Amino acid sequence: MPKRTPLYDLHRALGARMVEFGGWDMPVQYEGILAEHRAVRTQAGLFDLSHMGEIEISGSRVLEVCQALLVTDVARVQVGQAQYSVLCNEQGGCIDDVVVYRTAEERYLVCVNAANIDKDWQWMAEQNCQRATLRNLSDEYALLAVQGPRAAEIVQSLTAQDLSQLRRYRSLTGEVAGRGALIARTGYTGEDGFELFVAAADAEAVWSACFDAGQPHGLVPVGLGARDTLRLEAGMLLYGNDVDTETSPLEAGLQRLVHFGKKHFLGREALLRQQALGLKKQLIGLRMETTGVPRHGYALWHGGEAVGVVTSGTQSPTLGVGIALGYVPPALATLATEFEVEIRARRVPARVVALPFYRRKKE
Amino acid sequence: MEIPKALRYSREHEWVAVEDGIATVGITDYAQEQLGDVVYVELPEVGSQVTKDEPFGVVESVKAVSDVYAPVSGTVTEANGPLADSPEVVNDDPYGDAWMIRVELNDPDELEDLMSAAEYKTFVEEEQGED
Repeated sequence: MPKRTPLYDLHRALGARMVEFGGWDMPVQYEGILAEHRAVRTQAGLFDLSHMGEIEISGSRVLEVCQALLVTDVARVQVGQAQYSVLCNEQGGCIDDVVVYRTAEERYLVCVNAANIDKDWQWMAEQNCQRATLRNLSDEYALLAVQGPRAAEIVQSLTAQDLSQLRRYRSLTGEVAGRGALIARTGYTGEDGFELFVAAADAEAVWSACFDAGQPHGLVPVGLGARDTLRLEAGMLLYGNDVDTETSPLEAGLQRLVHFGKKHFLGREALLRQQALGLKKQLIGLRMETTGVPRHGYALWHGGEAVGVVTSGTQSPTLGVGIALGYVPPALATLATEFEVEIRARRVPARVVALPFYRRKKE
Repeated sequence: MEIPKALRYSREHEWVAVEDGIATVGITDYAQEQLGDVVYVELPEVGSQVTKDEPFGVVESVKAVSDVYAPVSGTVTEANGPLADSPEVVNDDPYGDAWMIRVELNDPDELEDLMSAAEYKTFVEEEQGED
């Protein structure tokens, strides 16, 4: 039986269609995926992300542990900053992609994917060797997100903190609607927005406050369907689709994260070897040249041969054209290279484009 | 959920209207509701053959790819070309502008296998009950 977030009843009352995702019963859509997608691009959307996991790592040796677990340079993360990172195994495969929030001098909160909570927890505990204190707070925390160009006005109306001073990938501890929250300017939509970590018991109160405050700004509740089209337009990876233990961060286009400068982290030797010997595959962004919707698992053809596979694809609601992420041999992973996507035994032309597919206009 | 009385319905959620031996086929209001936002429609060429209970086209929503099944057998005399450019019409007007194909019937007796509006309503309610 899939797990339910503290907001399950609210979703049902809002008329959400529920699906199982990562072991959770989650809203896939309320009004409709396209309408929700559009609302986030033009106004604001409210998301329940309480299925995501939160693992806290703390103690005097916390930095040493985080540096070993994560491929990024965690030492660069100041208190109040966040960092996108990857947990690698010794073979250089991605155990999970995560966001690390440094919440105090010797404390980090790692936000992990719902389906990976147990796996990550076990892996972290094994590698920790009791050096740091690990706490799995996944059931204690609810996570809400307010995303979209109106998000700042909406969340600002609910907190005394000055959010104009809170830059992207920064977080602070404060109150939202009178409830304690870690307010982070992060998200998975390609828009400005906030993620609010609150106590599970406060989830309903904070959701309702955001919902009410957002109404005049055109805020709508958004399900996982639009969350997926939004993140894909923004060129963000989905664990389990675009990245997994068989994929390295180098292959997944995340080489900018990997900090070989530190002497040790899990996967370092394997990744160095990969870099020296050459990658087997590389992530690309594809844009369809004609009508046709690319989807997970579809074959990619080049020069009369099947050479790769689509890992995420959709009809982009914003661009009105099919877009996809996929893997091909590195020699072919260059801008403007032509591929054909095999859609129901037909081969439809597509071309490699730069990521992200969609970039918001900065004010 | 709208289920017009004058139409006949298949178990795969297509509707059929017959006039002068020509069947007009589309998907039902319930089907479009289940699919969600339709973003792509693929229909057969005029002159091709469709066979009862076999796929003749494809409808894609944001999330899913679904076959559309022929409720009757025959020759396609018309396909609704404009749907390719405006697939959202399937959500907006499933029984009207979103008709998909017109078919010259091979065997009018096949229509007997289809459901009336009342039968289809019961069928859908039973299917919903299983969710």
